[in-house]
Amino acid sequence: MQDLPLVVTHALDKTYALGQTTLKALDGIDLAISRGEFVGLVGPSGSGKTTLLNIIGALDVPTSGSAEILGRSVETLTHREAARLRNEHLGFIFQTFNLLPVYTVFENVEFPLLLQGIETGRRKQMVEEALAWVGLADRADSRPSQLSGGQSQRVAIARAIVKKPDVVLADEPTANLDAANSHHIMKTMLQLNRDLHTTFVFATHDEKVIGYLHRTITLVDGRIARDEHAGDSSHS
Amino acid sequence: MIRFLLNGLLRDRSRSLFPLLTVFFGVLLTVFLQAWINGAITSVVDSTARYRTGHVLVMTRAYAKEADQMPIDLALLGVDTLMTGLRHDDPDLLWTPRISFGGLLDIPDEHHETRAQAPVRGMAVDLLSPDSPERTILDVRDAVVRGRAPVRHGEILVGEDLAERLQIQPGDTATLISSTMYGSMSITNFVVVGTLRFGIVAMDKGTLVADVADIQQALDMADGAGEIIGFFRDGVYHEERANAVAAGFNQRFAAVPSSPTAAFAPVMGTLRTQSGLSDYLDYIDAFSVVIVGVFLVAMFVVLWNAGLTGSLRRYGELGVRLAVGEDKTHVYLTLLAESLLIGVIGSAAGTLAGLTVAYYLQIHGFNIGTIMKDSTMLIPNIVRARVTPLTFVIGFLPGVLATLSGTALSGIGIYKRQTSQLFKELES
Ligand SMILES: Nc1ncnc2c1ncn2[C@@H]1O[C@H](COP(=O)(O)OP(=O)(O)O)[C@@H](O)[C@H]1O
Ligand SMILES: [Mg+2]
Repeated sequence: MQDLPLVVTHALDKTYALGQTTLKALDGIDLAISRGEFVGLVGPSGSGKTTLLNIIGALDVPTSGSAEILGRSVETLTHREAARLRNEHLGFIFQTFNLLPVYTVFENVEFPLLLQGIETGRRKQMVEEALAWVGLADRADSRPSQLSGGQSQRVAIARAIVKKPDVVLADEPTANLDAANSHHIMKTMLQLNRDLHTTFVFATHDEKVIGYLHRTITLVDGRIARDEHAGDSSHS
Repeated sequence: MIRFLLNGLLRDRSRSLFPLLTVFFGVLLTVFLQAWINGAITSVVDSTARYRTGHVLVMTRAYAKEADQMPIDLALLGVDTLMTGLRHDDPDLLWTPRISFGGLLDIPDEHHETRAQAPVRGMAVDLLSPDSPERTILDVRDAVVRGRAPVRHGEILVGEDLAERLQIQPGDTATLISSTMYGSMSITNFVVVGTLRFGIVAMDKGTLVADVADIQQALDMADGAGEIIGFFRDGVYHEERANAVAAGFNQRFAAVPSSPTAAFAPVMGTLRTQSGLSDYLDYIDAFSVVIVGVFLVAMFVVLWNAGLTGSLRRYGELGVRLAVGEDKTHVYLTLLAESLLIGVIGSAAGTLAGLTVAYYLQIHGFNIGTIMKDSTMLIPNIVRARVTPLTFVIGFLPGVLATLSGTALSGIGIYKRQTSQLFKELES
């Protein structure tokens, strides 16, 4: 079970209709990501990173080929099943944090647990634990507008991690952060990867992020150009 | 979860307060407008019935053709017999004779020379019988400004404006110069015991009110009357019943067209046919449907738009909720539930406020006398709103529906779009 890949894609294509023509955003992606990995999809803007991450997150479906997450084919899921998969097994982190502004930090982190119907006492405990992991236990009652960018992204990490998902998908998580905060949140996520064995999949073109990755999958024009593990460059 | 959503609703004013205010004012205005138009129509109908035509009225055929000119030479005769028949056949109406007449009112000085003179429009009603139906239909005692109402024969009331113009005081003598039913001159002395104002511009110009028996005598029309009016005991004009009563009467009194007396055979008309209000009522009906309709459509569009922009503004939030694993259907349903809550609260509050304003104006009225200075229509100077059962729902239902359907339509965007697409919008 431990070695069974979390994510497997096979000959995955994604094309977008652009008026008369079509645009091939992903072209023959074969990929396997195992439990516990700290992996990044890297490449220039427009290379297909977000598109691939969205398919892995069951937010989108491939045009052809297959993508399996935790043994389930995303292309066959109903939206209800996809929602359930996201709710129970996946966490998302976005470039723009996307905290809900009218809710407190505590409530933002609590939301995924509300969807799971976890009872109040246990919920409180889990939220406090998650906020402690990201070092924001004392900001539980703040509103997102009162937080710095770095703090906001740490709340987003807490929200993604609070339900202890199998995979966290992070799309350009450092794009709106300065260097110090970028390093801070990368260290936080690395720590969580070690302590909770949560799998992290990044989409990024930020060198600071790439420095932390254990595995780097480089996309160019929707194709995998290189797939390298840290400290080796033998894969291609 | 419910608490979570309610918190969001309460804390985000653009999600709660602004839509709520929009619904509130839209519904308030609709409710008020409906009650107001309704009140205005009802007032016109009511005063026309009381002052002019009753709910039904009996005249001679010839009189009916020229009723505006008060042709007393064409008046009904045998009124007592007719009245007995009417009371017997249609006891749920009050029946009473009236005479409209024209003439000249002459005010003498102490030497019996003319001091002032003016043309008057006279209305003779049953002022003196102890059980006169006019007590309910046209209670002159309510309209008296100075002096008192007549209590014995030979006493009249004149319009307050006329009295001022001719400088008549209660207690003064006045001479009515007119012509009898048979065309000879009639000169009768009366005592002006009071002045009156009906509060209807068209009625208060040069009015004289006298007892019907006095005028019968003065105009030499024993057992005659210009018309006999019938008035439903509940004071409300029931169109269908009025038509039925008139049809029954006209069947009983169907005249042989060729007979020489056919022109003097009695005929019954209804308020709608005799008042000249027929077209006006149709027009007002159509008009009020249009006004309220336009209003409803406008409210619908505004609320729909509010729902639309509200949902668009929330794509970020909705995207996050979808990403975290909330099902599309659930998201959509929560949006509908929120808008239902807003719609119901806003519409209920708007209806309540609209009803409050309408009730206030139903009791206190609103003086439009100065606007209506030259009106010949029987619009009372004080227009009152009128609350009907329709008032309770005319704003409420569209308010709720508009809010709900606005959200429903705009929320379809969430459904139609690929989830990932919501994210693209989220990221940009
Ligand atoms: N919904 C869409 N419709 C059309 N083209 C799209 C859509 N989403 C992405 N693309 C195109 O697909 C390509 C890959 O996009 P994306 O995955 O966002 O790249 P990256 O995240 O690496 O910058 C780009 O050329 C982009 O313009
Ligand atoms: Mg991207």
